[in-house]
Amino acid sequence: MKISKEKFGQAFDALVAEYQIIAPVSDANGIAFKGVKSFSEVKQDYLNSKLPPKAFFFPQHEKLMSYKKEGKEVTVKSELKVENTVLFGIRPCDAKGMQLLDMVFKNDQYTDPYYFERRDKSVIIGVACNKIAPTCFCSSFGLSPAGSEGSDIFLIDLGDSYDVEVITEKGKALAARFEALSELSADEQALVDKIKDAVTLSKVDVSTTTSKLDKMFNNPYWDTLQEKCIGCNVCSFSCPTCHCFDISEEVRKNEGTRVRTWDACMAPLFTLHGSGHNPRDNKKARWRQRMMHKFNYFVHNNGSMSCVGCGRCIKGCPVNMDIRQVIDGANKAELVVE
Amino acid sequence: MQLNPYIPITMKLVKNLVETEDKLINTFTLEFLNQQDEENFKYMPGQFAELSAYGHGEAPFGIATSPTEPGILKFSVAKVGCVSNALHLMEEGTMVGVRGPMGNYYPLEKFKGKNVVIIGGGFAFTTLRSLAKYMLDDKHRGDYGDITVIYGARNPGLLLYKEELAEWENNPNINLITTIDRPAEGWTKHVGFIPSITEQIAPSSVDTYAVVCGPPAMIKFTLPVLEKLNFTPESIYTSLEMRMKCGLGICGRCNIGTEYVCKDGPVFSMAQLKELPNEY
Repeated sequence: MKISKEKFGQAFDALVAEYQIIAPVSDANGIAFKGVKSFSEVKQDYLNSKLPPKAFFFPQHEKLMSYKKEGKEVTVKSELKVENTVLFGIRPCDAKGMQLLDMVFKNDQYTDPYYFERRDKSVIIGVACNKIAPTCFCSSFGLSPAGSEGSDIFLIDLGDSYDVEVITEKGKALAARFEALSELSADEQALVDKIKDAVTLSKVDVSTTTSKLDKMFNNPYWDTLQEKCIGCNVCSFSCPTCHCFDISEEVRKNEGTRVRTWDACMAPLFTLHGSGHNPRDNKKARWRQRMMHKFNYFVHNNGSMSCVGCGRCIKGCPVNMDIRQVIDGANKAELVVE
Repeated sequence: MQLNPYIPITMKLVKNLVETEDKLINTFTLEFLNQQDEENFKYMPGQFAELSAYGHGEAPFGIATSPTEPGILKFSVAKVGCVSNALHLMEEGTMVGVRGPMGNYYPLEKFKGKNVVIIGGGFAFTTLRSLAKYMLDDKHRGDYGDITVIYGARNPGLLLYKEELAEWENNPNINLITTIDRPAEGWTKHVGFIPSITEQIAPSSVDTYAVVCGPPAMIKFTLPVLEKLNFTPESIYTSLEMRMKCGLGICGRCNIGTEYVCKDGPVFSMAQLKELPNEY
């Protein structure tokens, strides 16, 4: 089924009264997901945003609670106000990334209320990628540029209209607002099929990576791999599946706020003990952690790799580290006796 | 645990005691403000909690009390950073935040009907104290065989819980061996490092579990001794420390391989640790 962009735009604009709407827009830094008030603000022709949309569930800087000290007494306050939100224009890699984050923020013992309060109150409208960047490699992970996994409603841009697929119950409720759905013409159906069949040009073989890494903790492969890395963390901050954070206090006189902020395993202080001991005190250990976490530990714990092939870390790296080559290198590395 | 695991309960610092003669370790006694908080804070020996010094931050510390001591929690904390300094300087009566209990605990079910050898060095004795105290409780003592505690510090002034140790000396329910690294005036008990004293005492490994906590060097040299005494990796437990923030297995910094020390640990058997990468 399809809907004309004109009709879709009207339905979209009508949602503004009830929802915070986040969509891709053009800004000074390229494409960013931001709040919009009208469909006319939405960038239609884009590859993907510079930063992943994870920040809408897991903000870069977030207040967990606040407190006030008076003499020896303290009052603690926590409030979380979350608006109903529609995220429009989420690419398949990022939609999948959010499913992977779900596995982190809810584990066998705990559920993160800040993350899930936002997640539960949001609807994701995914849009297929008509164009594929050379750094895209989602097909490596069984995903595809037109994969609907992780979206509540999934659209394919057909020029003047969207092909509409309702994926979840949540999506169904929202899709009820789109009137005037009509059948696709034969030409449009052919276009939809073509987009659905597309794969990324770049693909890395990950079929044996996890089991190979099982035997590679002490492999000399890690010794040289990281030499040119400058530890800037852009890979983590632009990653749709990286989730590490710090918790710290912001204090003014007798009032304070406890905040959490994005952190990254590539930061030397990340694991520094109070005693001065640091189990990952060198870049080699930190790079190994990054790769092991995404392609080995996460698989053992959650049954999936923690990478969706969005390519942001490749685009963003100032020294041209390429995670595809790192995986490939691990695949080909010679095993040593551990 | 509360609904929002990031929000601490408020507890009152009722005692801020300088524990060691170098004045680097204080023991904080915290009092629950109400019964509801205490009921929600059901813990076992080996678990830890995140303490908040409001205005400074929070940090994880092992719980030194045993659940058999109602109404309070105790933490013995070395002064090393921002939060621990603030706690050391805190006036009694001040309110602090506590999140927890967190992590797993010593496998007391497995210990039932067995002898237990507790080996501790320096100020890593906190959750070991909890463990011994728990097993010594009238309600639990019958569940366990012989309880042996081998505890050492650099010098007598650095031993934690001195009054309690004196009590245990005369308690027939527990076999306490204390040692210091070098001879000191007035010290009449063992002198020597933990590994060699353990070798000398030679606790039997038959039907026995060992729990070892201490500085890495102590553990490194004690394990071969236990091996020689025929303790298997499955019968030796330890508790690990890591830098932590959330304590919930989410913030991503305390993992050793696939295991998050905060949520899957901090208590591990040597058999478990052998399966994990050597990154701690």
